[in-house]
Amino acid sequence: MTQMTQLQSAPMPSAATRLDFLPIAVFAAFAVAPFLASSSGAEGYVLSLLTRVMIFGLAAMSLDLILGYGAMVSFGHAAFFGIGAYAVGILASHGVEDAIIQVPVALAASALFAALTGAVSLRTKGVYFIMITLAFAQMLYFLASSLAAYGGDDGLTLPSRSLVAGSGFLDNDFALYGATLACLLGAYMVSRSIVGSRFGRVLRGTKENAIRMEAIGFQPFHFQLATYVISGMMAGLAGCLLANQAEFVSPAFMTWQRSGELIFMVVLGGLGSLHGAIIGAAAFILLEEFLPEIVHAATFFLNDDLRSRLTENWQMVFGPILILIVLFARGGIMGVLRRGSHG
Amino acid sequence: MTATFFFIQVLNGLQFGLILFLIAAGLTLVFGVMDFINLAHGVQYMVGAYLVAAFSAWTGSFGWGLLLALPSALAFGLLLEALIFRHLYDRDHLDQVLATFGVILFLNQAVKFVWGAAPLSVPMPEILSGSVEIMDGLLYPVYRLAIIGAGLLVAALLYVLVSHTRVGMLVRAGATNAPMVSALGVNIRRLFMIVFGFGAMLAGFAGAMVAPILSVQPGMGDNILILAFVVIVIGGIGSIRGAFLAALLIGLVDTLGRSFAPNLLRLVLDPSAASQTGRALAPMLIYIFMAAVLFFRPSGLFPAKR
Repeated sequence: MTQMTQLQSAPMPSAATRLDFLPIAVFAAFAVAPFLASSSGAEGYVLSLLTRVMIFGLAAMSLDLILGYGAMVSFGHAAFFGIGAYAVGILASHGVEDAIIQVPVALAASALFAALTGAVSLRTKGVYFIMITLAFAQMLYFLASSLAAYGGDDGLTLPSRSLVAGSGFLDNDFALYGATLACLLGAYMVSRSIVGSRFGRVLRGTKENAIRMEAIGFQPFHFQLATYVISGMMAGLAGCLLANQAEFVSPAFMTWQRSGELIFMVVLGGLGSLHGAIIGAAAFILLEEFLPEIVHAATFFLNDDLRSRLTENWQMVFGPILILIVLFARGGIMGVLRRGSHG
Repeated sequence: MTATFFFIQVLNGLQFGLILFLIAAGLTLVFGVMDFINLAHGVQYMVGAYLVAAFSAWTGSFGWGLLLALPSALAFGLLLEALIFRHLYDRDHLDQVLATFGVILFLNQAVKFVWGAAPLSVPMPEILSGSVEIMDGLLYPVYRLAIIGAGLLVAALLYVLVSHTRVGMLVRAGATNAPMVSALGVNIRRLFMIVFGFGAMLAGFAGAMVAPILSVQPGMGDNILILAFVVIVIGGIGSIRGAFLAALLIGLVDTLGRSFAPNLLRLVLDPSAASQTGRALAPMLIYIFMAAVLFFRPSGLFPAKR
């Protein structure tokens, strides 16, 4: 309480305002990174890695919108990834290669799927909600695996990246990076304004206590469903970008493990701050990328056979990290930052 | 011919359903009593299969392997409970989902680390190999019949245990209202440990039973875990009876759907379109079924909580 009054009476650079710069710092870092990438010598690799970071950041942020603000634990968010990616892949295989058509179709398909499944899922609560979102995602996964015309289990290679109004500039890695950054920034601004609006306050109120919100005259269901649809569309957009980045689409985009990883990213970054999810996604992707080397370096004291087997199975380290974060680092990276700037 | 084929598929569905029940039974009780969502239950199934593979290779007999694998699976479940799960009971579902997801990531790699990525095969016990003729011109593998028998036996045992013993009464009471049971002086943590260990052993038993007919490989528990969740959600969390009926339903719907959906659709569609949509529709059937059940009964068919 005293802290609150201090903040109000003294609007000098305090803990809270210092953290307010974090989103700006994150986006500035993404904006500067490509210029550094060209001097690093491994330009293509760095660019594609960072593009992936931003794509997963977009998906994780969209999940944070329903998870962190709406308390809807969706265990099927990867489905929207798949919808976006398959919209690009399927349209491209029929000769429709322009993003001007692909992206709206992907967004519409994501919105439709979110509206239909959300309307059913939101009737349930708690564990049942987790399970039913999972079930819907599995349904889509099996549907994609059985689409023999579009590669089935093996997936589908895109003939080329999407055109934009007839021009093929996305073939340039820098251009794709820029487009991804623009999408991420746009989605962030939209999410930020949703969260700050009256709509967002109703949503957070529902998270705190749905019955009370109902008692003062709101219908939580409509607010939750609308958020679920918006979140699904953002994840669908991320799917479009992922298809373009990988130039490949497969059912593996929407396995339930992928949905679990998305939740992991959000929690790793810290629930309910939007940019926390982006930071979490970055930490996850970079960890995934460099863990094999880290494991290799950290096991110098073991004999060669054991060391190579450990490096090969580096994911063994990933699980315990996840468990430790859940058990001990509450609030994720954002929580640690917040505590650090208060102390 | 069609009748025989149908009968075989019904038996297959029954066998699959009973395996699902063995996994779902522990899951639904853990869920019901402690409101604990345990994604790592699928890896118990995998661990059971690996243990029986290791022990039967060591002893040279499936029977001894199974006998050694069961207590090991129990011990392993209790170890996990003491190390990790115990610290998660008071957390929200999100934390539980994440931490147990971490356990899956770890164990799927750990079995690869120990036994390699290649699938292991477990030899079928001599006396249970081969087939019997159970109807005119209908041959069915003895081992699969043995699985059905074992599954039914365990189900009967569970029924007696849950509805006619003191521990079972406490478990049922715990699933209905855990804080009340605790307030009445029952050590709910110890009760839960028993339930947890027992559930882990049942899942391990299921894994051990299917080891000779499936290949034992990393990640084998992942998909069956999702099915077990579908089962307990349809059956109603915390209800053994619900889990049993839902497991049989899911087993039959899935197996029969995969074999007959293309044929049934041929009545309304042309053959190539029918086999296309049939193949696409069949694996989705159980999820559609689950969505439908939850639409009409948001807490499953036989909810334990009142």
